[in-house]
Amino acid sequence: MHNLTIAELVTGLQSKEFSSVELTQHFLARIARLDANYNAVITVTADQALKAAAAADKRLAAGNAPALCGVPILHKDIFCTNGVRTSCGSKMLDNFIPPYNATVVENFEKAGAVVLGKTNMDEFAMGSSNETSFYGPVKNPWASDSVPGGSSGGSAAAVAARLAPGATATDTGGSIRQPAALCGITGLKPTYGRVSRWGMIAFASSLDQGGPMARTAEDCAILLNCMASYDDKDSTCIDREVPDYSATLGDSIKGLKIGVPKEYFSEGLDADTEKAVRVALAEYEAQGAELIEISLPNTGLSVPAYYVIAPAEASTNLTRFDGVRYGYRCEDPKDLNDLYTRTRAEGFGDEVKHRILIGTYCLSAGYYDAYYGKAQQVRQLIQQDFEKAFEQVDVIMGPTTPSPAFKFGSKGDDPVAMYLEDIYTVATNLAGLPGMSVPCGMVEEKPVGLQIIGNYFDEARMLNIAHQYQQATQWHSLTPEGVA
Amino acid sequence: MSYSGWETVIGLEVHVQLATKTKIFSGASTSFGAEANTQACAIDLAMPGTLPVLNKQAVHYAVMFGLAIDAEIGKESAFERKNYFYPDSPKGYQTTQLEKPIVGRGNVEIKLADGSTKNVRIHHAHLEEDAGKSLHEGDFRHGVSGIDLNRAGTPLIEIVSEPDMSNAEEAIAFAKRLHSIVTSIGICDGEMSQGSMRFDVNVSVRPTGTTELGTRTETKNLNSYKFMEEAIAKEVERQIDLIEDGGTVKQETRLYNGDTKVARSMRSKEEANDYRYFPCPDLLPVIVSDETIEELRRNLPELPDARQARFIEQYGLSDYDAAVIGSDAAMAAYFEIAAEKSNNAKLTANWTMGELAARLNSQDLSIGKSPVSAEQLGELITRIADNSISGKMAKEVFEGMWAGEGSADEIIETRGLKQVSDSGALEKMVVEVLTANQAMVDDYINTDEAKRKKKLGGFMGKIMQASKGQANPQQVNQILAQKLNELL
Repeated sequence: MHNLTIAELVTGLQSKEFSSVELTQHFLARIARLDANYNAVITVTADQALKAAAAADKRLAAGNAPALCGVPILHKDIFCTNGVRTSCGSKMLDNFIPPYNATVVENFEKAGAVVLGKTNMDEFAMGSSNETSFYGPVKNPWASDSVPGGSSGGSAAAVAARLAPGATATDTGGSIRQPAALCGITGLKPTYGRVSRWGMIAFASSLDQGGPMARTAEDCAILLNCMASYDDKDSTCIDREVPDYSATLGDSIKGLKIGVPKEYFSEGLDADTEKAVRVALAEYEAQGAELIEISLPNTGLSVPAYYVIAPAEASTNLTRFDGVRYGYRCEDPKDLNDLYTRTRAEGFGDEVKHRILIGTYCLSAGYYDAYYGKAQQVRQLIQQDFEKAFEQVDVIMGPTTPSPAFKFGSKGDDPVAMYLEDIYTVATNLAGLPGMSVPCGMVEEKPVGLQIIGNYFDEARMLNIAHQYQQATQWHSLTPEGVA
Repeated sequence: MSYSGWETVIGLEVHVQLATKTKIFSGASTSFGAEANTQACAIDLAMPGTLPVLNKQAVHYAVMFGLAIDAEIGKESAFERKNYFYPDSPKGYQTTQLEKPIVGRGNVEIKLADGSTKNVRIHHAHLEEDAGKSLHEGDFRHGVSGIDLNRAGTPLIEIVSEPDMSNAEEAIAFAKRLHSIVTSIGICDGEMSQGSMRFDVNVSVRPTGTTELGTRTETKNLNSYKFMEEAIAKEVERQIDLIEDGGTVKQETRLYNGDTKVARSMRSKEEANDYRYFPCPDLLPVIVSDETIEELRRNLPELPDARQARFIEQYGLSDYDAAVIGSDAAMAAYFEIAAEKSNNAKLTANWTMGELAARLNSQDLSIGKSPVSAEQLGELITRIADNSISGKMAKEVFEGMWAGEGSADEIIETRGLKQVSDSGALEKMVVEVLTANQAMVDDYINTDEAKRKKKLGGFMGKIMQASKGQANPQQVNQILAQKLNELL
């Protein structure tokens, strides 16, 4: 059952080939048996899952159940779950049990999806390797000595290892697309404002966006149908009709204009990864698409701008973790200052502290204009680059990452090398555009991804384009050893 | 003050709590006095993942204030985060406005005791959220500090004046004027004792005749006119003494404790926080359309000046009465109800400003909390006007109403306070008193005409005594004069 896609599971459940309880038990058993190898799941919610599955079976029996009714999923541990510990990968929230659901969680609950548990992640979503999690690193199912990517590494590894058919994730600078690429699955970061951020613990508010991860584009469409909604509890959520993302998957892509930015194929890109991406582009050409070389001249500025804006926002978003109202508190504080300093020194990991320091510095009197102000100007330029590009092309394609999954510890001492992992992904967050990653080849026996960047609210077309590719290729169906 | 050679420059920052039902960014109630932390929801507690949603009513109230002072309205304003650590600031930042406030430059005219007026320029007014309250500050070592977040997130406008005031009288006139405006347009309940209006006072001094501003200090969080006056006096004195003794004023934030009358430095400029303001990414820019502005302008409640003019016109009040009653929205509303009931505006104005105001003051009550309702006072005044009771009786009836004994008529009835106005009965009473006091009558007759008037009081006293105070004094006066005349 674990090799079935969500689309197939929906059919099986609706036609009563198997029950949700059976399915849930199957996945819970897999998590219990296999997750020691991956460390992808922080919290397993077996009892609640089985109860939800039994309820889903009743709805299914009554007929007219929504598509996702009875389908097991995992939530990234950044989404608040009512009554279930939500750690955000941090010691700071190791004891935090929210009394409310994120809107995303609520949407899946209403649809009758079954939540198996919460997935591991980089602490407060800060990282590209999942090495910053308080709960230990997640291992890439394709190579146990390599990272799964981050920050949604737990969700990506769990889907790749068939611990769940799909999972929620978030993307601030590539946190859905990069781990999707490194774990050989499909992931979509929607347009900023498409998915509600209510109850999604903030890293960088103007960049954070929730999205689905699954093995196929078709499954991502089913998940996004449920995940996307207008939410008046999030002022940045955009009130715009949610299309049926499944409806247009089969559309032809003949005549599609694909922009290929030359800056995405320059120095720093691994040769074999480039080859895999070029082959994928050729496949699109074969299907009748047109490749057009374009330029996104400010690409090189995106990582520096991102690493000012994201830490700046994070530095104030994370001020609330002060040991006063919830979460970790240091032992026997001597006074208020001691409470603050020790709580935060002990509760946060190094990468989080690092970024809080950078962000605080960038916003300080005398530095604001040179850093934050400048970065916002760069952000505008990057947005204009894309606007100009979309005047002549329908979508933009390139590599998701410069290379396949790297080994644990290999970039630990060099934050800049780690940050360059995001070189192809952060620009879309700065512009608020949707982006996705689709498996497109194997390099050193590890998967690499093709990135598809769409225009604002063009998720349906992107999913269609990805689906057409997956109809003609098998990269998304490959299974890591020891998983089947 | 005996500090000749110096002049004072004062600017105010006034925090006005907006009378919205819910908080500026959450659905929690803003009502005052609830048990600690019962009016703080997940957003107010800054739980992870929660997000602010702007309260439209708060925006409208801010715009209404802008319209009331004829200010520029920021059609696109924006919220920023002011970052600092403190337990009563749960998010670790205050969401406020800096670069793009909702209300721009405006003007407030103040009236001074000598009858002159002065214009105080408003630099801007911005929307922001209030903080919670730390209880037992400084006792943290003993583990007994508490935080009440009920107030956290209450909407405020902060009104920032230019340094246009030159003494405490002007500062207080300005503060009272703002109170009058915000209560008149209904955007603030004006309850100073509950912190609905709080004042930060910026004070500097300079040699008389110079134009350069001296170094200023800011005394924060004064919540009464009296404390403001005291704090200004103390600070002016301190600064002048300091400079005259060869020292310099340091830019600092100060606190004044109105109970102990002690002022102290809170933090110097060097110790001031770097608030790291930046645009709040959780909130969109606030757009106020021309249509909204026009609609709010059309529906703007009567402003104090217009109301005072109307009171003179409609009720025939004196300028003074109209100014006193008309500047206080709650008093004005009370007066209008009572005057309608009594149909005697002048008498109603006297009672509202006199007996009622004095009684409220003595018990530190706002007019909204008066035990005697406007209708009740109106009924009482009706009975004074139709001569059912004398002014003196009316005071007794008022005391009864204050104590909750019932309506004016009920109290007049139960206490037997009915004034005797039957002329037959009064005439009989007068004749009896004259007959019983023949010596006084002789004395009256023998006194030369010019001094007779003074003798009348003696007869009045006897007659009122005989009637147990219930005789209508005007009528008695008339009858008495007539009877005595007949004897001449």
